Amino acid sequence: MTASAIGWEDLEVGDSMQPCEDGPLTITDFVRYQGASGDMNPIHHDTAFAQAAGFDQPFAVGMRQAGMLATCVTDWFGPANVRRFEVRWHSQAWPGDVLTYMGRVSNLYERNGERFADLELAGQRQTGDLHIEGWATVVVPR
Amino acid sequence: MDAEDLIGRTGEPFRMVIEEGKVREFATATGSTHPEHLASPTPISPVTFLASARFWQDERSFPWHAVERDHARVLHGGQEFVFHGSPPRAGTELVGQARIEDVFEKVGRRGGTMVFTKLVTEFRTTDGDLVAEMRSTAIQTSRPAGRP
Repeated sequence: MTASAIGWEDLEVGDSMQPCEDGPLTITDFVRYQGASGDMNPIHHDTAFAQAAGFDQPFAVGMRQAGMLATCVTDWFGPANVRRFEVRWHSQAWPGDVLTYMGRVSNLYERNGERFADLELAGQRQTGDLHIEGWATVVVPR
Repeated sequence: MDAEDLIGRTGEPFRMVIEEGKVREFATATGSTHPEHLASPTPISPVTFLASARFWQDERSFPWHAVERDHARVLHGGQEFVFHGSPPRAGTELVGQARIEDVFEKVGRRGGTMVFTKLVTEFRTTDGDLVAEMRSTAIQTSRPAGRP
């Protein structure tokens, strides 16, 4: 199903997003995001730097996984329809991790003649640890 | 510097142009193959794209200017994007301005004091219409993040 094809009649509270898989993560993935975003913090790609800061190795850029989670949402509802997207990080993700992003519809409502869906989102590591938690509001086309 | 002195402090306004190639690069780096990100001559920017505003900012556009911060002790706790309409398309020229919205302290699970700082960046059209807000929560810990 293409995202933009989703209509109001297709949705119910509790509907789940098709889970998205991300990984195994590589430092190349982190560097590609860092180049795109301009956040060149070496803690995400320079092993000596990461170890000097007390970590065993570089860890993933949180905003990269936020972007991957947002892509799952735009695949579902279409890039033009997102009105709010929020994330919080709960733990680090590391090279080799495989993340699974999940989501569900938590609320459906109308406001000023437009129809909205609120989404609850999460990304967990292969260990079951929660890496990222998120919330989104999307416009549902009629 | 006291928290009360930081709240409300603003950076200087900065210009940001949404560009097709940058949208493509960012969409690819965040796993999108959606045609509205890649196949349109005026693609919609990805949801978290405004995080790349730093390419258009210099130190005067950050409200931290002249405030000392220890980056080894700063963690990124959360991020929010609010759009007043669809996210902006390539070709859109925006004016951004960052502001320290809130500063507060919490006691961490391991006893240290954590200072939370919420930074909001507003993006407007050159006519002044609000397009988007980006909020970032930074957490400064009482010791370097990686040390147990």
